[in-house]
Amino acid sequence: MMELSAYKGVFVFVEQRKGEIQNVSLELIGKARDLAESLNEKVYAMLLGNNVASKANTLIAHGADVVLCADAPELEDYLTEPYTQAVCHIVNEFKPSIIMIGATTIGRDLGPRVSARLETGLTADCTKLEISEEKELLMTRPAFGGNLMATIVCKEHRPQMSTVRPGVMRSLAADASRKGETIAVNVPFKKEKFRVKLIKTVKEKKDKIDISDAKILVSCGRGVGNADGLKLVCDFAETLNAQVSASRAVVDAGLIPHDRQVGQTGKTVRPNLYFAVGISGAIQHLAGMEESEFIVAINKDKYAPIFQVSDLGIVGDAKQIVKQLNERLKK
Amino acid sequence: MKIVVCIKQVPDTTEIKINPTTGTLIRDGVPSIINPDDKAGLELALTLKDKFNAHITVITMGPTQADAVLREAFAMGVDRAIHLTDRKFAGADTLATSHALAGALRKLEFDLLVTGRQAIDGDTAQVGPQIAEHLDLPQVSYLEHLEYDGKKTFTIKRATEDGYEMLEVDGPCVVTVLSGAYKPRYMNVRGIVEAYNREVEMWGFEQIEVDEKKLGLKGSPTRVHKAFSRGVKAAGELYEVDTNEAVGIIMSKLKEKFII
Amino acid sequence: MDFSLTKQQQLFLQMIREFAEKEVKPLAAEIDEQERFPMETVEKMAKIGIMGIPVPTQYGGAGGSNLMYSIAVEELSAACATTGVVVSAHTSLCVAPILEHGTEEQKQKYLPKLASGEWIGAFGLTEPNAGTDASAQQTTAVPDGDNYIINGSKIFITNAEYAHVYIVFAMTDKSQGVKGITAFIIEKGTPGFTFGKKEKKLGIRGSATSELIFENCVIPKENLLGKVGGGFGIAMKTLDGGRVGIAAQALGIAQGAMNETVKYIKERKQFGKPLSAFQNTQFQLADLQTRVVAARLLVRQAAYKKDQGVSYSADAAMAKLYASETAMEVTSKAIQFHGGYGYTREYPVERMLRDAKITEIYEGTSEVQRMVISAALLK
Repeated sequence: MMELSAYKGVFVFVEQRKGEIQNVSLELIGKARDLAESLNEKVYAMLLGNNVASKANTLIAHGADVVLCADAPELEDYLTEPYTQAVCHIVNEFKPSIIMIGATTIGRDLGPRVSARLETGLTADCTKLEISEEKELLMTRPAFGGNLMATIVCKEHRPQMSTVRPGVMRSLAADASRKGETIAVNVPFKKEKFRVKLIKTVKEKKDKIDISDAKILVSCGRGVGNADGLKLVCDFAETLNAQVSASRAVVDAGLIPHDRQVGQTGKTVRPNLYFAVGISGAIQHLAGMEESEFIVAINKDKYAPIFQVSDLGIVGDAKQIVKQLNERLKK
Repeated sequence: MKIVVCIKQVPDTTEIKINPTTGTLIRDGVPSIINPDDKAGLELALTLKDKFNAHITVITMGPTQADAVLREAFAMGVDRAIHLTDRKFAGADTLATSHALAGALRKLEFDLLVTGRQAIDGDTAQVGPQIAEHLDLPQVSYLEHLEYDGKKTFTIKRATEDGYEMLEVDGPCVVTVLSGAYKPRYMNVRGIVEAYNREVEMWGFEQIEVDEKKLGLKGSPTRVHKAFSRGVKAAGELYEVDTNEAVGIIMSKLKEKFII
Repeated sequence: MDFSLTKQQQLFLQMIREFAEKEVKPLAAEIDEQERFPMETVEKMAKIGIMGIPVPTQYGGAGGSNLMYSIAVEELSAACATTGVVVSAHTSLCVAPILEHGTEEQKQKYLPKLASGEWIGAFGLTEPNAGTDASAQQTTAVPDGDNYIINGSKIFITNAEYAHVYIVFAMTDKSQGVKGITAFIIEKGTPGFTFGKKEKKLGIRGSATSELIFENCVIPKENLLGKVGGGFGIAMKTLDGGRVGIAAQALGIAQGAMNETVKYIKERKQFGKPLSAFQNTQFQLADLQTRVVAARLLVRQAAYKKDQGVSYSADAAMAKLYASETAMEVTSKAIQFHGGYGYTREYPVERMLRDAKITEIYEGTSEVQRMVISAALLK
């Protein structure tokens, strides 16, 4: 049986790429403040990298009480093994109660590896975190393709670990006057275990926009039909100065690249205006867009589930309506 | 070359609907399928079989009906199938699941262990890396493409949010594959004809190498505290009018919201 | 008695349905419009073994059953009737007679290439003056040493110039009537064998249909299929099997039209409610569905009996008669349900109606089927 009370502090894994701190980490620090206050504990930011110590102030300004800085050439780029060793070393030294990691391609690679090494629980891709009356972490996440929400607890193991979906938590405004402490951490690496070699990191060409940053999205579904229908939607989006996204059906049909897919297996978006064009609104899709500020849906089926979440629903021929809307807007 | 592929039978979540009045899941008649990421992993293995004459073992953990995914894998072209099932495995979270699978994998030889990135019913993406850790093997997750030098080195393209990484690793290693990475082939007819005549090996706790305490509900650090459906957001205005009028309504809404 | 598919058959259905939905359906309107043979689909089907479903594995086939084959033709035809008939003509009319009547050498020579889909098969019986009355054959085969010299022509030949192997019937002895008909295996490229005009058709427009012309075409005796004078029997047996394929094709067309109709009437609204809410719609639909399911039982029974090796001639005739007439009725009503839209090429039901009509005609008209059924009854 673990001595649970020996574990204290809400720890955030700070994700940096080429020295740049990722937004999700600041979001997590914001949330960690919340949790730490309910627990009356401190927020620790685990800053891993090479020559990254100068970033500690940013983390403190955003809400960290303590920055644990592992600065080492081995941590220059993210690789599973050195990062796992570093995080596990910190856990063994500092015994956190909670660890939060951004549910990114890095976090979801690191999280399970760390949890398995520590033999503790990990809850994936959480969208809600809160502290129970028993001072346990309640981790809520979607399951069954977003059809179901589940709240998970990790009662008898510490740390309680979760990866958290980017864009869900709110970061705090930077406050340069906040005070905090920085502790340098020396990781005793077992280099013989470094078996994966990074050859190169490639950023894809600039037109790879991130739909989750868009203010206005025009999203097309099966009802748009073919490439001609898609063209209408794209023209309309251009007029509206919006980005184009799509449901899974359209992506599967190869009409639109996967990075523009909204929904459970794509991206979660929260634009000011979301146009659902010919999207019936499978639950997976709704899960990815229902928190949009204002939703306009056009679909020929009056009973389409999309109308359950839309603010303005139009039953009709999506292609015709979009075409005319575009003409009208251009005037 | 030997490859092991872990696959999971999942309900096709795209077919799950919510009862609009009660907000509960309608699971009746929802087909069971091979998890899409796993199926892409299967295709990766089959392309290596085509090129390097690799021997493929497929393993699944699940109840009796999970047999169906192994038959499908046979019909796609795998050589050996293992069905891992035991009451001791029941109620497992990802960690306990990964221990059971790792226990079975300790009994198998391979150069490459393939899993899907994540399952569409759980979406955790945890089991693959956790298996890798238990077996002390290197891992590469979010695999988009893999090249093998025919000897021991894999060159892997790993997807990231804004591009990709190229990584190099020697086997044996673990990769987790994205569903878009490899388009699965169809089962072939001869494979289908023979699928149910072939032997699926049934493995339970006795056949694998693992500490019993790490299995099932008892071995699971996490528990479901509660589960609930998402509730239904109140619907907004709905108009069924002709195109012209519809365009008018949208235009005035956009103006009202200061978008145009 | 068991009416359910085995697990193996269910697995096959899962595969072929997905294949039809993803690979065949998207091309259906295009190949109809362009009257284009779907070669790319044939290549895809070949790759996974659809061109050799009931062929034993020793000849490079999948070792499947005729029931499986009928499911394949049904599912393909539900998406695209052209694709269905390509497979049906190939399998039932060329592969099957070689398998059932060929010598071991002929099987070794032709089946692996046909079953793998490297070669496509075809069948030539009908002539300008010999349709239902096959005994009026005017194509002749005259012995000449180790060869036969063939002269004459065949019309309405499915798969036409896309095929590589043709089962062709010719008179070796006119005085014997139908007992003077002999079957030959003829390869494309044989000197004296050319193609005549390509037909422009109402439906199954992607399927190639041409005339075969033989002018002093020299065929070696080892290409004789079955016995001299045994051709009529081979033709009739082959058509029994072919009818299972065409019945499955008709069934598929009917099912395809049902699927479109159900989808449409749930979406389409008149007088403020979906068409599906009108009792008149519901009742008509119930009748159509009953017919489709009945047709399926007949088709599967005929295929099952063929697999069991028992006589299925009348069963195949009943299946084809009923399924093809069902296809006509369902597709015609489907257009009616779709209203004006159904009459346009924006929706697939008009194509389905055009495709359905041929199933009442080829491989024995509905009248011939009635002859076969009553003959079995009254014998």
